[in-house]
Amino acid sequence: MLSLQRNVALGALALTIALAVLGAFVPEWILYTCALVLAKGLVVLGLCLLLRMNLVSFGQGLYYCAGAYICGLVSQMGISDAFFLTFLAALGSAVVGLILGLFLSGYRSVFFAMFNLALSMILYGVLLKSISLGGSDGVGVAAPTYLGYAPDGEMRLYVFFVFALAVAGASSVFAFLYTKSEMGLASASVKDCEIRLEYLGLSVRYLIIFNFVIASTLAGIGGALVAMVSGHIIPELAYWTTSGEFVFITVLSGPNGILSAFGATAVFETIRLVAGQNMPNSWQMLLGSFLLLSILFMPNGISGLFRRAKAPKPDAVGEGINND
Amino acid sequence: MIEALEARGLKKAFNGVKAADDVSVVIRSGEIVSLIGANGAGKTTFVNMVTGYLKPDSGTILSQGREITGLKPREITRLGVCRSFQIPQVFNDLSLEENLLVAVNVALKGAARSHSPLRNAGNRNARQMADEILVRFKLEDYRHNRANEVSGGTRKLLDVGMATISHPRVLLLDEPTSGVASNEKFAFMDVVMNALADEEVAVMFIEHDMDIVRRYAHRVIVFHEGRVLADGATEDALNQDDVKRYVTGSAA
Amino acid sequence: MDIAFAIFADGIIYGAWLFLVAIGLTLVFGVMKILNVAHGALYAIGAYAAATLVNSSFFGQIEGMAVLIVMLAGAVIAALLLGPFLERVLLRLFYERDEIVLLLVTFGLSLILEDLIKLIWGVYSHYVPGPYALFGDVEIGPLFYVGYDFFIVGLAVVVGLGTYLVLNRTNVGKVVQSVIHDDEISRAMGINVARVYLGAFTFGVFLATLAGAFTAPMIAITPTIGVNAIILSFAVVVIGGLGSIQGAAIGALVVGLSRASAINLWPEAELFVIYAVMSLVLLVRPEGLFGQIQQRKI
Repeated sequence: MLSLQRNVALGALALTIALAVLGAFVPEWILYTCALVLAKGLVVLGLCLLLRMNLVSFGQGLYYCAGAYICGLVSQMGISDAFFLTFLAALGSAVVGLILGLFLSGYRSVFFAMFNLALSMILYGVLLKSISLGGSDGVGVAAPTYLGYAPDGEMRLYVFFVFALAVAGASSVFAFLYTKSEMGLASASVKDCEIRLEYLGLSVRYLIIFNFVIASTLAGIGGALVAMVSGHIIPELAYWTTSGEFVFITVLSGPNGILSAFGATAVFETIRLVAGQNMPNSWQMLLGSFLLLSILFMPNGISGLFRRAKAPKPDAVGEGINND
Repeated sequence: MIEALEARGLKKAFNGVKAADDVSVVIRSGEIVSLIGANGAGKTTFVNMVTGYLKPDSGTILSQGREITGLKPREITRLGVCRSFQIPQVFNDLSLEENLLVAVNVALKGAARSHSPLRNAGNRNARQMADEILVRFKLEDYRHNRANEVSGGTRKLLDVGMATISHPRVLLLDEPTSGVASNEKFAFMDVVMNALADEEVAVMFIEHDMDIVRRYAHRVIVFHEGRVLADGATEDALNQDDVKRYVTGSAA
Repeated sequence: MDIAFAIFADGIIYGAWLFLVAIGLTLVFGVMKILNVAHGALYAIGAYAAATLVNSSFFGQIEGMAVLIVMLAGAVIAALLLGPFLERVLLRLFYERDEIVLLLVTFGLSLILEDLIKLIWGVYSHYVPGPYALFGDVEIGPLFYVGYDFFIVGLAVVVGLGTYLVLNRTNVGKVVQSVIHDDEISRAMGINVARVYLGAFTFGVFLATLAGAFTAPMIAITPTIGVNAIILSFAVVVIGGLGSIQGAAIGALVVGLSRASAINLWPEAELFVIYAVMSLVLLVRPEGLFGQIQQRKI
């Protein structure tokens, strides 16, 4: 279905260009927030792939933080090219994801969540005490350049925004095609019935590792983007509450959307920005209630709202018997 | 001639209880064999050992002359020994068509590592194969329904259909008619047997309903307390005295 | 030698405290299969409740050991106010759902409770300094310990043994065990599973508030103590095996001794050690030291 791939790529390109143009006319703080949303949305996108398999990682901050530190530390060495740094962060977090995924793929449910959490806390503990890596103060990140082009002044943020937009757009196209692909469909069926997959001849473990590596890579890219836009990285990127935040947004998004991953991130950041300023001691309460309500009423998140509208009516084919 | 399936001296005990005690069975391609016996007689244990869910304590299992004892379920499946389940093992959240597409892609591509992360799972070729199974198992009407929306019988058909896609040499059906409404059992089995008619496959099914057994099985293997009590042409086996006494309960 | 003893004593003291904090978490998981992320926030609420009572003008005049009773009362009141309400009104809505969904629900709940704490008690620190000196100092060789620390060790032993005995030696315990084993069969046998859930969750909340109440004298009570407590409790219960009381005890000692070793020998590795041990246990024995795996039937 080449036409599908072409259509999606063209659609994403059009959307990216439209947003890039729009970005030229908004105030700096909005642009900054948008860049943040794109970065974090990538992490969420990866978690959506895992959620499709009913896997929730309470330690995605590990790869996010790894990507950010790779980007930051390499930029300290005087290499500031955004493309190269992002690539390096993606590669690094993919390798970490692959190595850890080999072990993690044997775990499900709360054990998967907790193992990820433990691993991310190890990184947090190490970074916090490593003087050479900045300890609890973290590390500064040099302003990025783009294939030799070094924007300055007001242009700096805008150019970065366009860069982040391009990265997020490309990742989204890949993620979309992936979810529709042979591998993607097989992965989506893991949560329903691992036994059937094994009895079809597929290794569930392989599928989980594959998705895990994609998720880690996306988290690493997100981390690199955050490092570049904020200009500073700290161990808290690996702390479990950071991961919890990503899980929160992922649940809000639901597993089946691409745009919804970024949409949910935007909602989250907006609530934090607006509510955090106006009611600093109760915005988490607002978020928590929001989460409970969405789990209760939108079991498939924002993406589920659109999906349900498209699904055909369940006709008179008798009552579904849920045997699991 | 190489047998589709051959089990030699299978033994399996759970906490001292013998679920399989020296079970030896040979099945040839094209045969339709019913496994009968009371609950706990060892039928499912036998199927689980053959398909790799359980590892026998001793004994060997061969399929087309190849030893498959102790292999993983997915390895055994790839060697042409497939199964359906008492409780249908299908993907509840996917449509029936998507369920079959997963199976089709496995049949076409083999192991997960050969699956493409970019090529559309519903490409024309794959869709055609899924269509063909939908038609053969009379599931066309429900193709867009999710598996958890359809009746128990439909899910069972889907389960068997998924096991059939890769053209297995041995197909084991674990209580295919359990969960199917009693007045639909014959219609259900007709669909299954017609769908399998053109396959070059040895079919084994576990069954409690003797009417079904008489109507569809060429041969019956009777299990009792982990042993094979009788093995022969359907009527011969069902007419043995000890089979009547212990299993079918129709002894005078 | 002194170092070895210091590690041992610190480890026991810290481990006892960890056990006190984590036992409710493992109990609730054992009975209800809910990994309650809000356990930490409930612990914090226990600490605030105790502080509020002890520092109130009415109870403030109470002196001596009776203060401990006031703290206990704080824990009981907080648990009775929150436990039944949360179980009946909130969690009940999600019982049909997956284990992981319930984890997310309690995660949302923890966010809500954290802000509730800020709204009720503010963001500044609260203190309950009095009771910490109740038991004086204890001198062991060249080392000094605060007597209250040993009171915590005693409390942990009492709470742990008490819970264990109730579960294993009483009729109520048998009913709960049966629900732990299989809630559907229990229901079929006529056991009121809803009531067991209500009781177990409320008791789990009480164990959290109890731990908070008796930790209060040792710390500055701030809204973040819950987050720190839950993350440590996770390590304890995962190491021990989710749902196992004995496991939590062993897990608490393992974490306590590892942390004490790190602090005495290699201070930089404090956090690292705890979570490295947790990962190692998950790797070698995924079900935890005392956990059980269930094979799925097909």
